[in-house]
Amino acid sequence: MAHFEKKQAKTSQAVPTSAMPDVVFMLLIFFMVTTVLREVELQVQVDYASAENIEKIEQKRLVSYVYIGPERLGGNQVGETAVQIDDALVDEMGAIRNIMYDKLVEQPRLIVSLRVDNESEFGVVTDVQQELRHAGTLRINYSTRREI
Amino acid sequence: MLKKKRGREDAEIPMSSLADIAFLLLIFFLVVTTIDVDTGIGLILPPIPDENTEPPPVKERNLLNILVNAQGMVLIDEEPASLNIVKDRIKEFVDNNGADPDLSESPDDAIVSIKTTRQTPYNVYIDMLDEVMGAYAELRNQASMERFGVPFESFEDNSVEQEEIQELYPKKISIAEPDEG
Repeated sequence: MAHFEKKQAKTSQAVPTSAMPDVVFMLLIFFMVTTVLREVELQVQVDYASAENIEKIEQKRLVSYVYIGPERLGGNQVGETAVQIDDALVDEMGAIRNIMYDKLVEQPRLIVSLRVDNESEFGVVTDVQQELRHAGTLRINYSTRREI
Repeated sequence: MLKKKRGREDAEIPMSSLADIAFLLLIFFLVVTTIDVDTGIGLILPPIPDENTEPPPVKERNLLNILVNAQGMVLIDEEPASLNIVKDRIKEFVDNNGADPDLSESPDDAIVSIKTTRQTPYNVYIDMLDEVMGAYAELRNQASMERFGVPFESFEDNSVEQEEIQELYPKKISIAEPDEG
């Protein structure tokens, strides 16, 4: 009686895993490079307005942010409308031009991104814009979400 | 002599857990990453005018005045209007090319002026600016389709075609300072 040996593929069936760390490291480095850790602690509440005809800012390093919205108090309360640049609230409107002028000297192609709460009154935004004009930072961008 | 015979310890670092460590880091960065693209409406503010120089004269016909009050009601050239007809009015105004004596002489001369009150909510203002930008985008798209047969967005930044269309329809938007009160 003929005895057939069960045919088996000679190749190894294990998936080679020795290259896996390399692949994972590649992914890791990609995400490390693209990650922007939250750079500022927001002290004002900002709900973006939405618009249809918007453009993207590709060069993020040119951008400096100005946040305008109701000040966050303890709990869920919000106070008066305030302006925040970098990490601190701006007490006096007149200070904005000095701050922005310093930024402009560092980065001549500065774009100021205004992140304004959609419930704010336009008067505050105008005051900030006047200050920006005095500082000479004329390229601005109203941050908005894409309207769905 | 005896010492030499003792089995040497493995000099290699164990590599099998390297993948696990890398995975942990990877997951951390995956979680904290927010690939958010900054989007918004770009605008160039006018520089502060020199006190000694007079502002250049602008013909009345070349100026489209849009007033928005605190309730979001719109007035275009002294006529009440609603937000959804603003875009058509602007397109008509900019693309007039001297045909109607009350509208602009050429797209290059046309200036759209937006004026709000201090109490106007920001989203109302953004909606209005959005409509103006939309009107210009449509006009540019139209010109681009006629000349090159492709939409305006398809051009690369700073390309010759893009600049040509931008020169044809320059965005001249004036944000007037609101009155007090």
